Amino acid sequence: MTAIDIRAGRLSQEKISENFADVHPPLKSGNAIVEANRCYFCYDAPCIDACPTAIDIPNFIRKISTGNLKGSATDILSQNIMGGMCARVCPTEILCEAACVRETQDHQPVRIGALQRYATDRFFETGETFFERGEPTGKRIAVVGGGPAGLSCAHRLARFGHEAVVFEAHEKLSGLNEYGIAAYKTVNDFAQREVDFILQIGGIETRTSQKLGQEVELDELRQEYNAVFLSVGLGDVNALGLESEELEGVFNAVNTISELRQSSNLGELSVGRRIVVIGGGNTAIDIAVQSKKLGAENVTLAYRRGPEQMSATWKEQEFAQTNGVLLKHWVAPKRLQSENGHVTGIEFECTELNSEGKLTTTGELRIIEADVVFKAIGQLFEDTVFSGSEMPEIVGGKIAVNTEFETSLPGVWAGGDCVRSGEDLTVQAVEDGKQAAFSIHRKLT
Amino acid sequence: MADLSCNVGGISAPNPFWLASAPPTDKLYNVERAFRAGWGGVVWKTLGIDPPIVNVSSRYGAVHYNGQRMMGFNNLELITDRPLEDNLREIKKIKEDWPDRAVVVSLMVPCTEKDWKYIIKKIEDTGCDGVELNFGCPHGMSERGMGSAVGQVPEYIEMVTRWVKESSDLPCLVKLTPNVTDICHAAHAAKAGGGDGVALINTVNSIVSVDLDQMAPEPTIDGKGSHGGYCGPAVKPIALHMVTEIAKDPETKNLPISAIGGISNWRDATEFIVMGASGVQVCTAVMHYGFKIVDDMIDGLNNWMDEKGYATLEDFRGIAVPNVKEWQYLNLKYDIKARIDESTCIHCGLCHISCEDASHQAIRELKANGERRFEVIDEECVGCNLCMFACPVPDCITMERVDSGTEYQNWTTHPNNPMRVEEN
Repeated sequence: MTAIDIRAGRLSQEKISENFADVHPPLKSGNAIVEANRCYFCYDAPCIDACPTAIDIPNFIRKISTGNLKGSATDILSQNIMGGMCARVCPTEILCEAACVRETQDHQPVRIGALQRYATDRFFETGETFFERGEPTGKRIAVVGGGPAGLSCAHRLARFGHEAVVFEAHEKLSGLNEYGIAAYKTVNDFAQREVDFILQIGGIETRTSQKLGQEVELDELRQEYNAVFLSVGLGDVNALGLESEELEGVFNAVNTISELRQSSNLGELSVGRRIVVIGGGNTAIDIAVQSKKLGAENVTLAYRRGPEQMSATWKEQEFAQTNGVLLKHWVAPKRLQSENGHVTGIEFECTELNSEGKLTTTGELRIIEADVVFKAIGQLFEDTVFSGSEMPEIVGGKIAVNTEFETSLPGVWAGGDCVRSGEDLTVQAVEDGKQAAFSIHRKLT
Repeated sequence: MADLSCNVGGISAPNPFWLASAPPTDKLYNVERAFRAGWGGVVWKTLGIDPPIVNVSSRYGAVHYNGQRMMGFNNLELITDRPLEDNLREIKKIKEDWPDRAVVVSLMVPCTEKDWKYIIKKIEDTGCDGVELNFGCPHGMSERGMGSAVGQVPEYIEMVTRWVKESSDLPCLVKLTPNVTDICHAAHAAKAGGGDGVALINTVNSIVSVDLDQMAPEPTIDGKGSHGGYCGPAVKPIALHMVTEIAKDPETKNLPISAIGGISNWRDATEFIVMGASGVQVCTAVMHYGFKIVDDMIDGLNNWMDEKGYATLEDFRGIAVPNVKEWQYLNLKYDIKARIDESTCIHCGLCHISCEDASHQAIRELKANGERRFEVIDEECVGCNLCMFACPVPDCITMERVDSGTEYQNWTTHPNNPMRVEEN
């Protein structure tokens, strides 16, 4: 058994900077025009239906080709105020680009995400803003959670002239955009620049380090405000259900990703030589790739089913593989191995689908040595946020809402990852917040 | 290997691909490289009377379309800016070195008998194969009474052509301007003056674009601009029509034609030849891609001729001309309908929306099980072809003939025609 090897400085600063540079460099103007001209400007375009925020994609692309970049950005941002971030993080390969007729034609869809980034980047560079706050209505809405759903809701409310007060548990706004997404997807502090753009509209007050159930209580908010929008996300993580998960060297991936995003010097971060990531979603991919980019020698991503069942898209899986991550399918974690309280490896049992299509273990064992094990097997809604207050109905571990995003509590709406509206994606959260704002506006006026 | 040799008004060349009078043919250095690349002939950049002209800086404008560069091109350059003697010496040298290639000299001098007869004598000594009279340039020279100022007046064309033919036995091509209402008048005049053939089209009067910051046409010269001559792929349809008009006209149907205008490849060239041209001239495509494009032109034409069983250019020259009719003689009984190939349809909806908004509302959108598809309504389809052109998938929409194929009626006998003639 080799000694535990966890340390900083595995790579030079230059190499780290290179590894954490923009993973998809932005399109240059000439390329953007060529790419924009690839769009067929479909009638009743299928890409629009595939976008959770229903951006008029052919129209914004056409405006790029004619040099009307302000018009293009307007089309995007009026439907999706986080169009800049979504252009960076949306799994377009399963959304708009999957629906593109050019995908049907020759598997070469128009690069919608890249074009959306081009239009929004260029617009942000101008420093202009085009959304104006509506005539003040005197209505005040508490928005609990300053992530994509909350900010989207607050911005839309401001456009209607309502006053939004955003309560955020963390020090910074933007939720997973700030704390959760891999660093190389959103470089140059884009999440915070986007927050600044959103807040420019006015009429949005932000109160950070205010956690629901601790610094603020739902009951109080319901009394003080005309409406409450809950966008608290998922505050807890799933456990493996194995003995001794508290061993040294075993981490929740979300926490490490957050530390990494907040680090001002990536070179100082410690990283294990041999890493095992357990999970099959984007968080698993992100921690695996970031570990590799920090200099880990062997990174194995272990998932208990096959590639089709992973919630990370085929493109994300490919991305991990090209970055040197080994994907190991059909293995379930069985036992953590340790020495002196520190994890040294993990024993897996091979899995398969039985004749009824149910996942079963085969009894074969595999051991993978590890200095560090990351758990990335999903996040959970944390219902302690309601302690001391009347609780909305919870169904399937999340806050239950109707089609108007209303919870079971009068005057309380909810959206984003803490409800079950669609995929847990930034773009879906933005849409939830927007729709909830429409609903709140209808109710209050 | 087919025989690609051509003869245009008494000037022969190993192949029909010549370089038009323009910057690519303005000096020995270029022309030598062109011949090495395989070009069958050149028309040397237009010579004039010394002192040479001067040009402005910022000379070309361009139309780019959907990311495709130089769909259309315009210039406001004038004739050669080099001394006459330098040009004459180099023309003589190139002809000595490349005796099998056609070397034609383009000329433009003030509209006096003295000047034309002076220049023609000068160039006879070079041993060139012929002359081309530049009556086409629409900018710079025309304001001085040359170029298209001559080409727009048939009497002048005839007069100058006659002066040239009186003073020299050299074959003489008359280059025509498209900036006229009826090209046939110019062609008649060229023939009447004794011209051995016509070359067309020269460039089309144009302003390609306006700089919306400087509020001036492009190319912009110190805040101002001027109209220029338009050429490149965009003008090919105009050129093809004018060549066809001359080839159809009973008076000029045997007049040799050197076709010019947006020719970029062997296929373009072949279209001009089947419409009556004896040879072609190329410029913009070379200005864009260089001399090497002639390789595909020679190769492509040769392969096409082999495939079709044509041994020489004369085997197919002009064979499409009889199929060009006036509208009133087209068969009104001919009927085609759009057919959509479901197996290649990508459901973009462009056939539907183009027909719906701009034609005959003959393609309906059907939605079932979240899938959409498009269906032609035969009773409404007039066979206009719009959907076929709007469709981005090659051969997905085709037009199928649905009439019996045995009936014929044209407008001259149609009941709706108040001027109809009775059928016999």
